[in-house]
Amino acid sequence: MKALRCRECGQEYPLEARHVCEFDFGPLEVVYDYEAAKGRLTREAIEQRPHSMWRYAELLPIAGEPTVGRQVGFTPLIKADRLAARLGIRELWIKNDAVNYPTLSFKDRVVSVALSRAREMGFEVVACASTGNLANSVAANAASAGLTAFVFIPNDLEKGKVVNSLIYDANVIGIKGHYDEVNRLCAEIAGKYNWAFVNVNMRPYYAEGSKSQGFEILEQLGWKIPRHTVVPMASGSLLTKIHKSYQEAVKVGLVDEAEYSVHGAQATGCSPISTAYKEGQDFFKPVKPDTIAKSLAIGTPADGFYALKVFQETGAASDDVTDDEIREGIRLLAETEGIFAETAGGVTVGVAKKLIASGAIPADDSAVLCITGNGLKTLDAVENHAGDTKEIAPSLREFDALLDSDKELAAATK
Amino acid sequence: MPVNVRIPTPLRKLTHDEEVVETSAETIGAAIADLESRYPGIQDRLVDESGEVRRFVNVYVNEEDIRFLDNKDTALKDGDEVSIIPAIAGG
Repeated sequence: MKALRCRECGQEYPLEARHVCEFDFGPLEVVYDYEAAKGRLTREAIEQRPHSMWRYAELLPIAGEPTVGRQVGFTPLIKADRLAARLGIRELWIKNDAVNYPTLSFKDRVVSVALSRAREMGFEVVACASTGNLANSVAANAASAGLTAFVFIPNDLEKGKVVNSLIYDANVIGIKGHYDEVNRLCAEIAGKYNWAFVNVNMRPYYAEGSKSQGFEILEQLGWKIPRHTVVPMASGSLLTKIHKSYQEAVKVGLVDEAEYSVHGAQATGCSPISTAYKEGQDFFKPVKPDTIAKSLAIGTPADGFYALKVFQETGAASDDVTDDEIREGIRLLAETEGIFAETAGGVTVGVAKKLIASGAIPADDSAVLCITGNGLKTLDAVENHAGDTKEIAPSLREFDALLDSDKELAAATK
Repeated sequence: MPVNVRIPTPLRKLTHDEEVVETSAETIGAAIADLESRYPGIQDRLVDESGEVRRFVNVYVNEEDIRFLDNKDTALKDGDEVSIIPAIAGG
């Protein structure tokens, strides 16, 4: 790491807890020494390292060794032949962060970077504004690191996500409002209290953690950039960082240059970025979210502008799916690949289906779908749509009778 | 009772470290002009060349984003709370 630099005007700042430029409010990004990284971050060196996101440490923004989340990352990349057949595409891969360690979402990546960096800077209180997964990850990782955590969430989140923060003894503050209101409040709290707010004043470091998902995809594909990648979008940050990871991997010589597209997926009930894309705009209109994909319910996406630029630069598309299509996507992934994703995963599968059907992702091509969170945390969204158990007494006669009376069950025995 | 305007950290050098300043302006646009007369330079930081609020600045009146109201023409009355917040946060 060399400095923080404004993405808009180029003004540089020291490597402190600061996220926007004083002059134009543009986002600050970490500047690396790519020449130095090129010598050290070779395929051979990486392949000798432990299987975690930290095998790409030269391009992650901490000064020393990671002290929080050392085991995070290196989740499976699954070749999804059964889902590929259902979606009508030649080759399909699932990057499965539903089993990321320790809190079952990609957020463990960004949090391990943010908290390792916060410790380097001497912070003892860490905080976040969250739609749920981030709160879970900050709570768990802070607990294991002995840091005090304040997590701020909308008060209508899925029960699974609320309990998954409370259990770590974090201070959980439920805000009567949607995420954008939580976020606004947190920006004001961050200005008043000297805490490490992972997605406010620590955001330049935090957001870089998402690149590790991209680096892993490249390595797991045998050091190749996938032709198509489909990424769910809330703020748009993950999508822009996966794009950045592909660019950086080319820059330091880990992969050859290749043509690729990074597509964005949203829920129709909160689709400011995909709507702007479809209308051909380079800016988005904020919306008030109304969707079961609560983890993606950000109506004022911080990186929306940059996500739109990624579509333009990589010839990508963006689309959105309804609540019913989200549930259908969750079931499709579960039935074909045995992976139970949260609502955001249903969004990704549903949008991939649409993009393949429309030809935006050609049927004879190959694509990677980024699954970012675990279905066990959003049971509320599907519990009345997953079918019912068939109850009988512990009696063979009753089971035989059940098979006789239920054609579907009888067919399953053939 | 005037309108309170909450100033974000990156602009507090201009307001001599004041976190909250008062105005009696009747719209957001007029409030920005009023701030400029007392804290020269602040308008350029909030508004672009075409006169619109900058891409990376969010302005709220009583917790509502002015883009859901009347943008710079959003009316202000005594007792309103205006917050100016960097757009890049969260997610």
